[in-house]
Amino acid sequence: MTSLSSRPLVHGEAVGSVLLSQRALSLWGGIDPETGRIVDPRHDRCGETVSGRIFALPAEKGSSTGSAILLELARTGRAPAAIIVREPAVAIAVGAIVAGELYGRRIPVFCVDESGFAVLEDGETIRITEAGKIERTRGEP
Amino acid sequence: MLDGAAGEAVRFALSVVVSVAEALDAPDLISIEQAHIDACALMAPSNLDFVERLAEVGGRVLVPTTLSMVSLDLEHWEALGVPEAFSEPARRIADAYRKVGCVPAWTCAPYQGYLTPRYGQQIAWGESNAVAYANSVLGARTNRYPDYLDLCAAITGRVPNTGLHRAAHRRATVRIDAGKTRPEAWGSPAAWAAFGAWVGDRVGDRVPWIEGLGGARPSNDALKAFGAAAASFGAVFLFHLEGITPEACTQGSGVRPEWTAEIVQVRDSDLSASWDTMSAKATTAAVDAVILGCPHFSYGEFEELVGCIARRGDPRMHGNVRGLVFASAPMVELARRGGLLEPLQRFGWTLVRDTCPFHSPVVRGDARTVVTNSGKCAYYAPSELGADVRFGDLDACVEAAVTGRMERRESPW
Repeated sequence: MTSLSSRPLVHGEAVGSVLLSQRALSLWGGIDPETGRIVDPRHDRCGETVSGRIFALPAEKGSSTGSAILLELARTGRAPAAIIVREPAVAIAVGAIVAGELYGRRIPVFCVDESGFAVLEDGETIRITEAGKIERTRGEP
Repeated sequence: MLDGAAGEAVRFALSVVVSVAEALDAPDLISIEQAHIDACALMAPSNLDFVERLAEVGGRVLVPTTLSMVSLDLEHWEALGVPEAFSEPARRIADAYRKVGCVPAWTCAPYQGYLTPRYGQQIAWGESNAVAYANSVLGARTNRYPDYLDLCAAITGRVPNTGLHRAAHRRATVRIDAGKTRPEAWGSPAAWAAFGAWVGDRVGDRVPWIEGLGGARPSNDALKAFGAAAASFGAVFLFHLEGITPEACTQGSGVRPEWTAEIVQVRDSDLSASWDTMSAKATTAAVDAVILGCPHFSYGEFEELVGCIARRGDPRMHGNVRGLVFASAPMVELARRGGLLEPLQRFGWTLVRDTCPFHSPVVRGDARTVVTNSGKCAYYAPSELGADVRFGDLDACVEAAVTGRMERRESPW
């Protein structure tokens, strides 16, 4: 087992399979809040569902309504298990924090550096600790 | 205050602000002098839960706070065919935001209405196009405030001291040289929208310094179109246009890029390609809807639209086309006083007040091909409305409204 370190942006722990994307995404217009599906045709993972996954994306972009999409996903139980970003993502952090305040369902968010992001593999199962340690069952030898 | 001594609303709001400050590694919090809230457009039941919770526990904004659009025309929703089931929560959300003390401006272009921020003022604004305009054209200082953080900032009067609130982050990090483009193209706001789309796509979230525009004197509406497109296609929330925007005209503002910054040449062919990209998916010339006022129409745009119709000899809207103009109710009232509404209504435009083509169900369902002069609308219409887009300037939009058709339009370059 190998591990990576990350900086927790929104505290919590998570286990799940990685949904890895290489493009920044605006959650509003990018994810359908009723299904959790990525619907932005310009995004490399369009058609995939973020619910229950550990959604890894380089950055957020676009409209300031991303936090509302995340909060609605939390309300209906369709939120990602956690989110990994390569740079601090404020709309994602706000949605994740308010989900905790309003529904008691805080979504953990972690920030990894470029080299950490580069080793993540799509579909791999990882466990992330409260301190931001990312434990991988496969990866580099 | 985090212990609840100042009330549950302040505890809730401050705990969000402080958690975000920690996530962003902010050194401290700073005071703000006003706020603009984007979360009042109904997205989902959670949106209502949020503001009703804060209103219920006595939340009250500490600084003057305006509201972005709501999800329906509050006075005319029945006539526009909005179902009761949709309108009920939307009206509740509008009531809750008024209850916490917000000004019901209901516009995504607050910089063309009440409470315009001043140069250098620290503010907390939501709505990406408004943020780009406030920072760049007015010289106020705000980050792009996401939904919920905007109201939490307004209730506490505090924000994390990060990003564009700090002078160092307002310095341009990339130079764009437009000196090789044809200057005649810079008259039309649609040209500025296509340029904004290109800039957003090219620079992502960097702060661009744009030079070589010669004597171009873009109108406020052109700058609105530029910023809205740059913030949609990229994450541009501050831009400097040399000789045009205030920090790029002020000696010692310190925003000029370092000489080592990357320089990007923009050519006519780039802008032409950007223009074409916005119509790339449209397969049919038949037009179902024309959308104007994204961001919200200004008085000047109403005047220009009336002029376009008059120059065509006062024609009427084609029977297959739904033509919608989005604006705030106060701006519509101003247009009425100016005698501008009568010719628009005679033509057949539907005026939609206080809301947005993407948050309100007025467009949904009846539009496969949408014509617009807005880069922002061109970006979001495919995913939010399931519609293909044909992009053109205001006159081309009027022509499409009259004929019910629009062929691929030549770019001005």
